[in-house]
Amino acid sequence: MARVGVFICHCGENIGRTVDCAAVAKAAEAFPGVVKSVDYKYMCSDPGQQMIKDAIRDERLTGVVVGACSPRMHEPTFRRAAFEAGLNPYLLEMANLREHCSWVHEDRPVATEKAIDLMRVMVEKVKKNAELRPIRVPVEPTALVIGGGIAGIQAALDIAGGGKKVILVERSPSLGGHMARLSETFPTLDCSQCILTPRMVEAANHPNITLMTYSEVTKVDGFIGNFEVTVRQKARYVDPEKCTGCGACFEKCPAKKIPSEFDAALGNRTAIYRPFPQAVPNKPVIDAEHCIMLTKGKCGICAKVCPTGAIKYDDKDREVIVKVGAIVVATGFELWDHSAYGEYGAGRLEDVINGFQFERLASASGPTTGEIRRPSDGRIAESVVFIQCCGSRDPKRGVPYCSKICCMYTAKHAILYRHKVHHGRAVVFYMDVRAGGKGYDEFVRRAIETEGAEYIRGRVSRIYRRKDGRLVVKGADTLAGRPVEIVADMVVLADAIVPQPGASRLAQMLGVSYDEYGFYSEAHPKLRPVETAKAGVFLAGACQAPKDIPESVAQASAAAAKVLGLFSQPELEREPIVAKVNEVTCVHCRACIQACPYGAIEDKEIKDSKGNLIRTVACVNEGECQGCGTCVAVCRSGSIDLDGFTDEEVLAEIAALE
Amino acid sequence: MTTPIGYYPGCSLHGTGRELDQSIRALAEVAGVDLREIKDWNCCGATAAHSLNHDLAVALPYRTLALAEDQGLAEVLAPCAACFSRLKGTAVRLARDPKLAQKMTEITERPYRGTVRILSIIEFINRLLDAGLEAKLTHPLGGLKVAPYYGCLLARGEDIVDDDPEQPSGMERALVAAGCEVVPWNFAVECCGGGLSMSKTEAVLDLSDAILSDAEDAQADAIVTGCPMCHSNLDMRQRTINAAGRGPHDLPVVYLSEILGLAAGIEPERLGLDRHFVDAMRVAERMTERSA
Amino acid sequence: MAHTETHEKTLADKILERTGVDVRECYQCGKCTAGCPMVQFMDLTPSQVMRLVQIGDREAVQTLLSSQTLWSCVGCLTCTQRCPKDLDPAAVMDALREIAYQEGLVPDAQRNVLKFHQAFLKTVEHTGRMSEVPLTALYKTLSRDFFSDVLLAPAMLLRGKLPLVPRVIGGRKEVRRIFKRCLDPERPDRADEETQEDRP
Repeated sequence: MARVGVFICHCGENIGRTVDCAAVAKAAEAFPGVVKSVDYKYMCSDPGQQMIKDAIRDERLTGVVVGACSPRMHEPTFRRAAFEAGLNPYLLEMANLREHCSWVHEDRPVATEKAIDLMRVMVEKVKKNAELRPIRVPVEPTALVIGGGIAGIQAALDIAGGGKKVILVERSPSLGGHMARLSETFPTLDCSQCILTPRMVEAANHPNITLMTYSEVTKVDGFIGNFEVTVRQKARYVDPEKCTGCGACFEKCPAKKIPSEFDAALGNRTAIYRPFPQAVPNKPVIDAEHCIMLTKGKCGICAKVCPTGAIKYDDKDREVIVKVGAIVVATGFELWDHSAYGEYGAGRLEDVINGFQFERLASASGPTTGEIRRPSDGRIAESVVFIQCCGSRDPKRGVPYCSKICCMYTAKHAILYRHKVHHGRAVVFYMDVRAGGKGYDEFVRRAIETEGAEYIRGRVSRIYRRKDGRLVVKGADTLAGRPVEIVADMVVLADAIVPQPGASRLAQMLGVSYDEYGFYSEAHPKLRPVETAKAGVFLAGACQAPKDIPESVAQASAAAAKVLGLFSQPELEREPIVAKVNEVTCVHCRACIQACPYGAIEDKEIKDSKGNLIRTVACVNEGECQGCGTCVAVCRSGSIDLDGFTDEEVLAEIAALE
Repeated sequence: MTTPIGYYPGCSLHGTGRELDQSIRALAEVAGVDLREIKDWNCCGATAAHSLNHDLAVALPYRTLALAEDQGLAEVLAPCAACFSRLKGTAVRLARDPKLAQKMTEITERPYRGTVRILSIIEFINRLLDAGLEAKLTHPLGGLKVAPYYGCLLARGEDIVDDDPEQPSGMERALVAAGCEVVPWNFAVECCGGGLSMSKTEAVLDLSDAILSDAEDAQADAIVTGCPMCHSNLDMRQRTINAAGRGPHDLPVVYLSEILGLAAGIEPERLGLDRHFVDAMRVAERMTERSA
Repeated sequence: MAHTETHEKTLADKILERTGVDVRECYQCGKCTAGCPMVQFMDLTPSQVMRLVQIGDREAVQTLLSSQTLWSCVGCLTCTQRCPKDLDPAAVMDALREIAYQEGLVPDAQRNVLKFHQAFLKTVEHTGRMSEVPLTALYKTLSRDFFSDVLLAPAMLLRGKLPLVPRVIGGRKEVRRIFKRCLDPERPDRADEETQEDRP
């Protein structure tokens, strides 16, 4: 005989405002099989959970229904409480009285009526529920980190430091990401390279870290604890074992006029190149698209000058499959392309540059060795205009969100510029200054009050090049209520932060959701900021949203902690919500095998005791089944059922509504 | 091209913009296009109606659209940029707002089903080039350096102008075909002061002066426009600008259709080049006969 | 603020109704002011106009409707084209100008702009088309600005750009009726009896 307990949560006012919780509890008392029915302000709190535990013991409950929020939110909480009180956790069900009822209705009596229905349905289901046992799967204690910028490096170092193996995959030839390109960092003006490059070296030398640079993830299979990831290692045309990094090859390479990615096209590189002198690994690669030997079949100078014979023109891309238990995605960001702004010159004015370009100009290792020279003619820029929110907060032609870091790096740019060009004029156009962070607002005030940057509140409408080569910047000072026109030698646009190109393609491979701009979505915006909705895949850095360095590093360490937590047990418990085939009735039509989106169903041969094949049936691999129910729907002989959602359970729910 | 194209000269083309009318008609003739003036068309209302009464600003163009439809014209050329903007803007609004269309039907007592497509001078000339005018451009202008000036109405207005509003390029094909060199310049889409020409002359002088100066900085031999309002501000008022102590400028301002007409070998007088305030006949001197 | 005191429609609501522009969306970035070619002839910048419509109290409405700015806007659409919020400040100017005109709040210094528009419309109302000579004559009478541009007249004549005979269209009575209905929608038509004869 069923003995069901009903627990109605007010969720503060979230449910209580629209649903008469006491009335629901009262009504549920009358449901057949219900022996206990109560309501409480916060059922998820400690006293709330205690009520459930006590009732399970005192009333010898055989089933529990909690009417509260979405099971996505608190089903694990309540099932743990049931388990602690000695009840099989799968004998506890939740009715969603919040998202499915109170939040979407206004009329209190009607909402209360619906809440009663929802409770009745779940009470009928829970009476049919079977005890289920969690499935245990082994965990491969190796992590994959995608992206070798500061976030990826940090996550890799922390996981490796925790004693677990890491494979660090980076698309470009070197670790370092965008941070390696920065001159100084806000708000302390620490030299970016000085704080980053030791970390790069540490990551490369760490015994637990396997570095795969110039490599890309092309395929992801499997599930938490057991991913199989295909990584394409691009042909480097240089044997890293033989190469000593002496540099003879790129000194002699005749293809010299290739815009350097690292220098944001303000400088050139050769076809065989290392992105920057401090690159890790410090070994060159050949850019096949521009190499004369690889495109025209003649040249071969690098091979001739290489003292160790490391050049391999016949190198090929290789695909490697790695097995990992967790994945940290740290693919970072890119700058929005301001050529969409025709009024700012559509990207065609040489002296209108973006933030990275200014970083390279200001960097001691940059193309001008740190002198602020304008690209068009190499003259020192005597006057620079910085424009914030270029593409950001522009729902019409850019992105509607705030890119968060631009206020700070623009203040840094203005300060660096004034340090380098003492008599120069630094004008900053801004809409709002968003400097929330430790020492941030002080830093912006410093730019204005002691470093002499002129801040003007207003957007710029137009930039054009005058006959004498200088730029005319037409802006507004909305505080003074008048237009302003500044003549400048150079304009630096704080372009919006956008995800890396290809971010959405990677997300689809990983099964991670992403927003309309391509930023990856966290599992919960407040309480699960580093997890994704895909178990075993974690996020670090600006691939999730615009972030500065300290935030990216903090999130990377948080992701590492999550990975280490996952790897702390040799096996992983999974929800036993998986499909089961009735081998007696299965006719082996293979429709389920075709339909399964996870490839989790395979053929199974049934043999007699002598080993003769009797027949073949479908069989679900519990480790891979995700419990989606597609096979149940396509099975023509009705031979598949989903544990936790059996036909009998679901029909009982439906019947309760009539 | 056999289907006739409707023609809406608009008021200026009978007065200040006469050379635009002349050159358009001459060019259509060379290209073998049958231009049919809408019978009994009325003024589009221009800035005045638009400024004082929004019903009137729609009703006046509506009547013309209804006449064109009634006269069986599927496409109508409005060479004046202001008329083009008002007519096409009205057509777009009517298509989007059936209630407005109903109201206009009541006000004008004329039905309009929304079948008329309005062409700008640029669209029209590109159409002529598609239809074979290019081969008839026998007198290229020998690398005449021109600054194509779109102003407001041939660049801006979503759903009205089919071009990049900040960096328009609609005139370029025609200018290159006519043997001109298009110079890059900054003021292609700046405003000349437009309809405030008579009532706020001071402002117009300032704005037009800046446009002329930039074209001169870019070493243009002429400014090319498609708008009679811009034309009168830049051409007719150029002397006034000089007299006000600006400039001095001496820059011919010619219509796109005049340039194409010259390249097609039409006599400059027939195109109205002799009617300009700033001598434009010098542009005609750049005509070179292409050796066959 | 006015809209908290009364249940009357706020100015922002009126603008929304007439133009489809919801000024509450304006975040005061100033790009409209930055790009406006006429801003030096304005007492309020375009972004200030947007702000005052947002405020919408009696004082703001008064300031707006009597401002020079409405009559200095040339409708070039630079602001509208570049507005990052996809608003249409030019349409807001049009609507405010129309309200100011209806309420008789045109500032003295802007009378000429108004007179020109009125002269223009008068000419069109009577003949169906604009003609330079009657328009100029009417404008000069209305504005009492007899001397400006007079020097241009002979040169225009010489170039055949000043036709002395005004253009008149067949359907001018029809046009007059359109004017009447637009300008005076309340008053019944008096021109009904003429309908037959001037339909083309």
